[in-house]
Amino acid sequence: MYKLLSSVLALLMLAHTSSSFAALSIEIIGAGEHQIPVSIVPFSGEEKLVREINDVIIGDLQRSGLFRLVDTAGKLPHEASEVNYSDWQLRGAEALAIGSLSVQANGRIEARFHLLDVLKHTELVGQSVSAGEGQLRAVGHRISDLIYEKLTGDQGVFSTRIAYVNRLGKTFSLIVADSDGYNEQIVLKQNEPIMSPSWSPDGSHLAYVSFETGHAAVFVQSLYTNQRKVVADFRGSNSAPAWSPDGKQLAVVLSRDGSSQIYMVRPDGGDLRRISFSAGIDTEPNFSPDGQTLLFTSDRGGSPQIYRMPIEGGAAQRLSFGSGTSYSPRYSPDGKSFVFTHLSGGQFFISTQDFQTGQMETLTGGGWEKKPSFAPNGKIILFASEGRGRGILATVSSDGRVKQHMFTQSGDAREPVWGPHL
Amino acid sequence: MKKLVVSIVLLNLLAACASHKTPETVSVAPEAKVEAPKSALAAAAQTNVDPLNDPQSILSGRSVFYPLDVATVQDADKPLVQAHAKYLGEHAARKVRLEGNCDERGSNEYNLGLGQRRADGVQKMLELGGAAPSQLTTMSYGEEKPHASGHDEASWSQNRRTDLSYAK
Repeated sequence: MYKLLSSVLALLMLAHTSSSFAALSIEIIGAGEHQIPVSIVPFSGEEKLVREINDVIIGDLQRSGLFRLVDTAGKLPHEASEVNYSDWQLRGAEALAIGSLSVQANGRIEARFHLLDVLKHTELVGQSVSAGEGQLRAVGHRISDLIYEKLTGDQGVFSTRIAYVNRLGKTFSLIVADSDGYNEQIVLKQNEPIMSPSWSPDGSHLAYVSFETGHAAVFVQSLYTNQRKVVADFRGSNSAPAWSPDGKQLAVVLSRDGSSQIYMVRPDGGDLRRISFSAGIDTEPNFSPDGQTLLFTSDRGGSPQIYRMPIEGGAAQRLSFGSGTSYSPRYSPDGKSFVFTHLSGGQFFISTQDFQTGQMETLTGGGWEKKPSFAPNGKIILFASEGRGRGILATVSSDGRVKQHMFTQSGDAREPVWGPHL
Repeated sequence: MKKLVVSIVLLNLLAACASHKTPETVSVAPEAKVEAPKSALAAAAQTNVDPLNDPQSILSGRSVFYPLDVATVQDADKPLVQAHAKYLGEHAARKVRLEGNCDERGSNEYNLGLGQRRADGVQKMLELGGAAPSQLTTMSYGEEKPHASGHDEASWSQNRRTDLSYAK
């Protein structure tokens, strides 16, 4: 028989569950160069749940742009023994996902899932994925991750989360949501601006800027307990928090000693020390994956551009050149390139630049495109854009081929940032 | 000083003209709203009006505007800032909060820094003109609280500013 690797997933339950902006619509533009033909057979089990989890899996795979969904033509095998491989081969599928869904007495959801290689007649993955009551979408995302990982060789990011700020009239809400924008949870809601959310490397905390004390101050908040702490609230502006990869330090930007400069501080607010010393604005620090270097935005050379310097401080090297100005740099997870926003000819573009070659690649068509961040697998970039006259979330694949727009129900989505693997 | 005298006279005239209307139409100072004054009382109150609340005074201007990515006070706005500096020098109990703002071009964080630089620039000019540091605080909204929301220069020019916000 088929071996079932049993893995019980500790799916994150956030302590607070207020969820308001429910539905959102997603538009997908473009497709990957080589789309893998795959068929997802609805699982056996209770019809409503089966349909819902099927929608989650298909939605994930479609949004990636890397898969072509092959119609099941009414065939519904649930066990590998029921699969007629030549049927699926004729239909053009290279891989086939089948399985069953059950709900235990305590509400726990369990999906037994198999991914089959249609050409080789073999099982690629056989796994049981389970989660607590109400976590059906999380089970679906985990199955999408398994399919994605097996068929592309890259780690899936469907189970990760994103954070962003929603502005509706005078109300600002700091939101954490699933990577597809669903399952929104309000972390903080107030009538003063919220900016620059930043995930701790373990995904347990958010650092952000809040104006609730009358000016920009940096806070750190636990997503489990909701407890929050002021990290920097000096005179002037305190902003742009960025976590070190080990989670032991934050780079922040303070104006208390003159112009905006970069400082290091512990997440509890202790051990503050200045590391940049320029007459300009130095801001938007971002740590390299090895924790040794910072990218940042500075206008020390006359216009805002991207620079790099060691975390101990010292000489900075300018990285962005050419026409226009550049902002908001973030390292790719492999540290080989960075993404940033480039303002040229009155439009913002999302661009990447390779460290070794210095080659810049523009991934988007231009518009109000700001604040890019990589998914933890480096394959997708999340950014703030505009559509239908509102601020929206958008993504682009790191090769620029697949784009998607996520429309929240109301208000302007701003300041998005992709969270880590949990 | 001449200007001030003229404007007080004007206010008196206004108060006299308006005596048959609702008192609110002449009460430019918030304090004057506390009780509905008889016309003679209103005139007396107006002569003592804080020049800050005189709509004819240069001090009624509370915003300084900038070109793109510039944080130095422009020549056109220098008389305004200097007048506020003089006023603050003469009214030591008054406190003002300087709020820097930017248009949406640039990143939110860069603009927070730029707005702070704008507010700090006004602060410096106020101190040079006679205001005490203890009367002044600065902050920046960056591009978070725009007055106008269009993607055009008509909106952007309104959003690039430092507001002088006096404590009540």
